[in-house]
Amino acid sequence: MALKTELVTLNMGPHHPSTHGVFRMRVTLDGEMVREVEPVFGYLHRGLEKLAEGRTYTQIIPFTDRLDYVSSMQCNWGYCLAVEKMAGIEVTERAEYIRVIVSELQRIINHTLAIGFFISDLGAMQTPLLLAWREREKLVDLFEMICGQRLLYNYVRIGGVSHDLPPEFMPALEKFMEEFPFYMSEFEDLLKGNEIVRARTIGTGAISAEKAISYSMSGPCLRAAGVDWDLRRDNPYGIYDRFKFNVATGTNGDNWDRYRVRIEESMQSYSIVQQAMSQIPEGPVMVKVPNLLRLPEGDAYAAIEAPKGEQGFYIVSDGSIAPYRWHVRSPDFINLGALREMTVGSMIADLIATLASIDICLGSVDR
Amino acid sequence: MGLKALVGTEVATEIEAQIPQSVISSDATGVLVESRSIAGAMRFLKDNPEFDFNYLNNLTAVDYYEYFEVVYNLTSMKNKQTLQIKTRVCSRENPEIPSVSNLWRGADYQEREVFDLMGIRFSGHPDLRRIALWEGFEGHPQRKDFL
Repeated sequence: MALKTELVTLNMGPHHPSTHGVFRMRVTLDGEMVREVEPVFGYLHRGLEKLAEGRTYTQIIPFTDRLDYVSSMQCNWGYCLAVEKMAGIEVTERAEYIRVIVSELQRIINHTLAIGFFISDLGAMQTPLLLAWREREKLVDLFEMICGQRLLYNYVRIGGVSHDLPPEFMPALEKFMEEFPFYMSEFEDLLKGNEIVRARTIGTGAISAEKAISYSMSGPCLRAAGVDWDLRRDNPYGIYDRFKFNVATGTNGDNWDRYRVRIEESMQSYSIVQQAMSQIPEGPVMVKVPNLLRLPEGDAYAAIEAPKGEQGFYIVSDGSIAPYRWHVRSPDFINLGALREMTVGSMIADLIATLASIDICLGSVDR
Repeated sequence: MGLKALVGTEVATEIEAQIPQSVISSDATGVLVESRSIAGAMRFLKDNPEFDFNYLNNLTAVDYYEYFEVVYNLTSMKNKQTLQIKTRVCSRENPEIPSVSNLWRGADYQEREVFDLMGIRFSGHPDLRRIALWEGFEGHPQRKDFL
């Protein structure tokens, strides 16, 4: 007797432990095989771009915290870069070094979070997650020392940074830097050779380099597909041209490559922080910027290499104290465009793993 | 070191030579192209090896009351250069321009967002519907005359 089968459309989310925020997918399944994936989001859409039109340039900085809330320092910097580009403001040396140090530490924070949740979504429950977060906790304590906040920092400002590093910061950072390599090797020993991690991630969620470029992917997702493109090296901003670092790339663009690229990037960030710590000069951390800053008329687009990819800001100014138009180019919003390409034809378990490996943050996707 | 931002006036002469009467104006920062020629101009910029803009960084729109301006930021990874192209749509009731999602798949979600929040339709888009707001929402909030 022939078995009657039919396609089942399942709704995943928006409340779901594996969707990394309020994210919904309508998945059409043929047994375990995914035939169609339709991402539905907008549950965290707060209209930040519209709200920004009524606020001064300094008042928009807390909005940038709440875009990609796991990498707030980078979002602050990306926005301040666009404003400083339009206003022609130059930042002091010490502020540039502080920006690099906090941004690379932020990259380590973001990647430990991304890798932790990725391995957790493979079924490892919370153990690797909390093991990764042990180091993140030390970094978040360091950030609390600088600006008083653990998650949404509002620290990188137009013209520099808001507070100088307190005297206890450098010794605490040195202590972290001593412990981190041992921690990384311990984490690697536990997971890199793990059969289950390898079987679940090698070959799943693959995307080719041409497709990744066509989908405007950026960050670790693009580099894992084999495209050697990193804005810190290819279009340097701040003082990134003073540091020596390697750009990690993968070959197949699968989940395993994205995981390896993030691990390697964390080690490169460690190296950049070491170099910055040895070169950082004394001096002021903020230049004189008017309270009600007015930008000259015109528009500009500036982008940084945020942990999730190319975080860009497009600002249109009409000469007044608030922007005429403020647009955020979110890396994970655009990376999500390729989700369907990467998951149709695979199993539903691979869908969960692939979604985790893209590393989305709904604050940035929805704005 | 770094990407070279192409001067708009130089690129404009090339686009005008390829597609006559397509360029409205240009300045140091970018080129302004007629909305009905935007698909041809984009294809030229992507395929011509001197430009080879294989990566679309950003696609967004601005509401200037009399017209909408759609802004594209392009990057050529091989030639290490960037360009900003703009086009204008003058109708408020029925704004429509060709989609570039067949050239760069990354335009898909960004054009849906522009449609959702600004109301500009992209002809040739495979699946043009709202992305951030729910189906059935009336209005386009990013417009200057919404609230």
